[in-house]
Formats: sequence, structure tokens, C-alpha cells
Amino acid sequence: MIWNETYEKLSRERLKELQSERLINLVKNLYEKVIFYKKKMDKAGVHPNDIKSIDDISKLPFTTKDELRTVYPYGLLAVDLKYIVEIHTSSGTTGTPVVDAYTRHDIEIWSEVMARTLSMAGTTEEDIVQNAYGYGLFTGGLGVHYGARKIGANIIPISGGNTKRQLQIMQDFKSTILTCTPSYCLFLAEVAKEMNIDLSKLNLRAGCFGAEPWSESMRKEIENKLHVKAHDIYGLTEIIGPGVAAECEEQDGLHVYEDHFYPEIIDPETDNVLANGEKGELVITTLTKEGTPLLRYRTRDITFLKPGTCRCGRTSVKMNRLLGRTDDMLIIRGVNVFPSQIEQVLLKIEGTEPHYQLIVNREQHLDFLEVQVEMNEKLFSDEIKNLETTEKKIEGELYIALGIHTKVKLVEPKSIQRSEGKAKRIIDKRTM
Amino acid sequence: MSIQQISVFLENKKGRLAEVTELLSGSGINIRALALADTTDFGVLRMIVNDYKKCQDILKKHGFIVRLTDVIGVEVEDRPGGLNRVMQLFNSNNVNIEYMYAFVEKKKDNAVVVFRIDDMEKAKKVLKENKINIFSAEL
Repeated sequence: MIWNETYEKLSRERLKELQSERLINLVKNLYEKVIFYKKKMDKAGVHPNDIKSIDDISKLPFTTKDELRTVYPYGLLAVDLKYIVEIHTSSGTTGTPVVDAYTRHDIEIWSEVMARTLSMAGTTEEDIVQNAYGYGLFTGGLGVHYGARKIGANIIPISGGNTKRQLQIMQDFKSTILTCTPSYCLFLAEVAKEMNIDLSKLNLRAGCFGAEPWSESMRKEIENKLHVKAHDIYGLTEIIGPGVAAECEEQDGLHVYEDHFYPEIIDPETDNVLANGEKGELVITTLTKEGTPLLRYRTRDITFLKPGTCRCGRTSVKMNRLLGRTDDMLIIRGVNVFPSQIEQVLLKIEGTEPHYQLIVNREQHLDFLEVQVEMNEKLFSDEIKNLETTEKKIEGELYIALGIHTKVKLVEPKSIQRSEGKAKRIIDKRTM
Repeated sequence: MSIQQISVFLENKKGRLAEVTELLSGSGINIRALALADTTDFGVLRMIVNDYKKCQDILKKHGFIVRLTDVIGVEVEDRPGGLNRVMQLFNSNNVNIEYMYAFVEKKKDNAVVVFRIDDMEKAKKVLKENKINIFSAEL
């Protein structure tokens, strides 16, 4: 099911012209209107006149998440604030959140790319979309919402959580499309089993799952348990939210909406652009966004690009399912977690030392983060209740900082492996 | 008079307690009384030993987290109602017990109960007024 035959099947030549034209306008506009970009381009010695086609993109400087933080909240706006109609931010768990400010036109683009995404999973106006992504500042909920609305499907904006109700509504309203994180999807299946609900008897047909890394084996499990076709979707708040790339019925890589988001793969060490098929960091330029456009944004996600016309007829390049990160970011139940945040929390709490280790596990298809904190003489008490209070206190502080519940476990000193140079902080036991 | 109790932090790991006893036995430390409080993740080993300073040094040297705590050792008669008398006294005088454990003395027909109490001075006063024997550092 192709939502936009014209753009999704555009010839490569025509696409390149379109990308070139859009990039030229974008760079000109950013240079004039956003001091942040003018400074960056001046520093890199590039002028808008140097950009004559999409091939010149490699002359432009990269943009990093840390840089975006320095201009929080409105420093990246390329339009007057009065043209902004909606704001989303990253969870802000790493400190200052990253802001995506949308104009009407940006919301229109978002609706368009999400309509394409949902169409890849076969969604039409006949469908009932149960949207179990969280609504709010998180982009997942509203992104799917806008796409489903553009298609004219019936949306159930149930948001995340409340699993029994999800299953009740799924049965009563005969939902046909499910959108949520892949781990939540499996959790739903688990609860359905406990409630003796036969998922094969439901009307669910397909789902768009993303916001966290998953694997082929997880796809098989989802498809077997929920009797749906499971599509991987990709996006990030900084770029637009979900709707940067998605899988068609071939389920062999995610089509990048190249008319809006230009992908490059670079070597994260040398910053050199790599050829198609080579693994590296995904870098994206937003070609059409008005509110907060990004030039060569470093996603820190590792993947590779696969060009060539797909059997589905789409001509856009496909990116492989994510292979990892260039940093130590963990994604726990859709929330980005950096070990450095945990370190900061521990440093703030009296008596704790930043000797910790993170154990990530998947229990009943939900991610759990255990934070092992080394005991020291200041923290130690002969009374169990004091020690338990300490654990609770750290858990509480971590919840405030990360936005997710963790399990804090006090361990003996030196039980956390000290390695030379970088400490081994993360043990990820999840089987994706 | 109070007694110095040694408290040791132990993870719930196989053989951890045996490591402590091995260390102490090799250093001539005699454990007079012992109690282990535990949760699912960790335990706190509480001990009264013949030489707490030496014991503390040895354990610290081997990387254990150790703490000294003032506790009260009370002698009670080793017969029905022996402990109850002390408990009733504490209760009626609003002395709160954080934790306690007991052991039996070989030499006399008495049991020794170790109390950790929030208000040590008040507890001692109550015991003294009622002529209940408190142990000194020498057990």
C-alpha cells in the first residue's frame, strides 16, 4: 500500500533534483535566520553559495545533540515564534532536553510521512488504529495520531500503559492496527494469555513498532503471538519524531523518506562519509522542515544504507534495522538512558560514590534496569531499615532524573569490575 | 557500659559468610555471639567478638565494609519469663529496640541478650534502676 505514489516512487534523478533544490533553499534560509548555523558555517568556511547540489552537503558542518542543548529552548528556531504551532521535546533525561518546534507546515510533513508509514503496514481509512504510544511531549503518540488522521483511519488514542484496558478495547472496538513499542507489544501478549484472550480471534492485522531496538527473533515472536505483520519504524525527536523511515511489506530494511530527510552514513571516528552498504553512524538533514531544521544531524545510531528499487516499487534508499549506538546510551522501555546521568545522581547523594554498574534485563518482555551501587563506610549501617532507606532514596532520585523506575542494589565494594581506562558499566542481558 | 558490636556488609553470595569466619578463625578471633539480618539482596552480619579492634582491622584489610555499633548486653535468667521481664521494663519505659539477638552462656545458667536501642542512656538507666546486670566490654 503506497500512500504517495508520486514521491515514494520518484525517479532517482528527479529525487536528486528535488533534494538539491531543497538543500540550497534550506542552507540559504538557515544562514540568514539562525545565528547558530551562521556561526557554524562561517567557522567551517562554507557559504550558502558553495552549496549548488545535494552532493555539496559534505561541505557542511555536522550538528550534534550537545550543540542543540546549548541553544535550548528557542535558539534553533528558523521562523518567528508565532508560526510555531506545537512543541515536542526529548525526555530531557540527559539534562537539557532537545526541542522540536513545528510550524503548521511541519505538522503537515509529519502527517504525510506517518501516513506513508502506516500505509506500509496496510492501513487505510477502513482501519481502526489502536495507538498505544504515549501521548504528550513524547513524539510517538501524536506522530502516529497525525498519520492515521491523514489516512482517515479510526484512531483510538489510548496512549501507553493500562494493559488490561488495552486488551478490552482491542476486543470491543475490533482494532486492526496496533502501534506501540515492540516490548510493550509482547507484554500485551503475555497479559492476554493470563486473561485467556485468544489473540488469533481478534481483528488485529498489523503493527508499527519502534522507539527502541529490537530484532528479527523478536519480530517472529510478535508475529506468532499477536498474529500480526510487524513493521519496524524509525524516528527521533530531533528530526521529527516517528516517520523518518519505516518498513514496507517486504520487511527488509526501512525506507527513508528521502524527499524530506536526507541520510548519510559516516565513520564516527574520522567523520568521512561512507559508501552505501558500509556500516557507520546515521546522519540526517531535514530538507523541508521550517521550525527547527537540522543540518547533518548526528543521530549516534549505527546502521547502513541499501539503495535500489524495492520489490514494493518504492525507489527510496533503505536503512538497515539499527545495529547499535556510537555512544553508551541505553534505551529502556523507550526512554533514553545514559550512564553519565546515573553517575550524576550518585554524586549528588550524600555518601554514595560513583561506583556503579547497570544490569539491563528483560523480564516478561519489559526492560528492567538494575543499578548496582557499591557500599562504603559512610553509607553502611548495622540496621537493615537504614540500608533499605538508602536504596529507596537512590531509586527515588534516579526516577526524578531518568523518568523510569529502577531497582537499586547495594553491593560490596570492589565487586564491580574495574577495567583499565573505561569502566565496564553496562551489562545488557536482553535478548532482542 | 556498652559493648562494641562489629557489623559487616555482605552480599547474598555463596560462600561469603564462610570467608568471614575463615578470616577470623585464622586470626584467633573468637566469635561470642552472632546474628545475621538479611534481605533478598544483602545481609548484615552482627557479631560480638573477643577483640573487636583486631577483628575490625582484619576485615577492613580484606575489603569488607565494617562498622562498630554500641549495643547493650543484658543477662537474663535462662528460664521462662527471663527475657519477658526485661521486655516489659523496656516497653513500659518507652525504650525502643532496633534489633536484638541472644546467646546462652556456658559458665552460668544465664542467657545474654544483645540489644541495639535508639536511646542507649535511657535503656541503661532503666536496667540499672531495676538491678539488671549489664555486660561490660568483657563478655
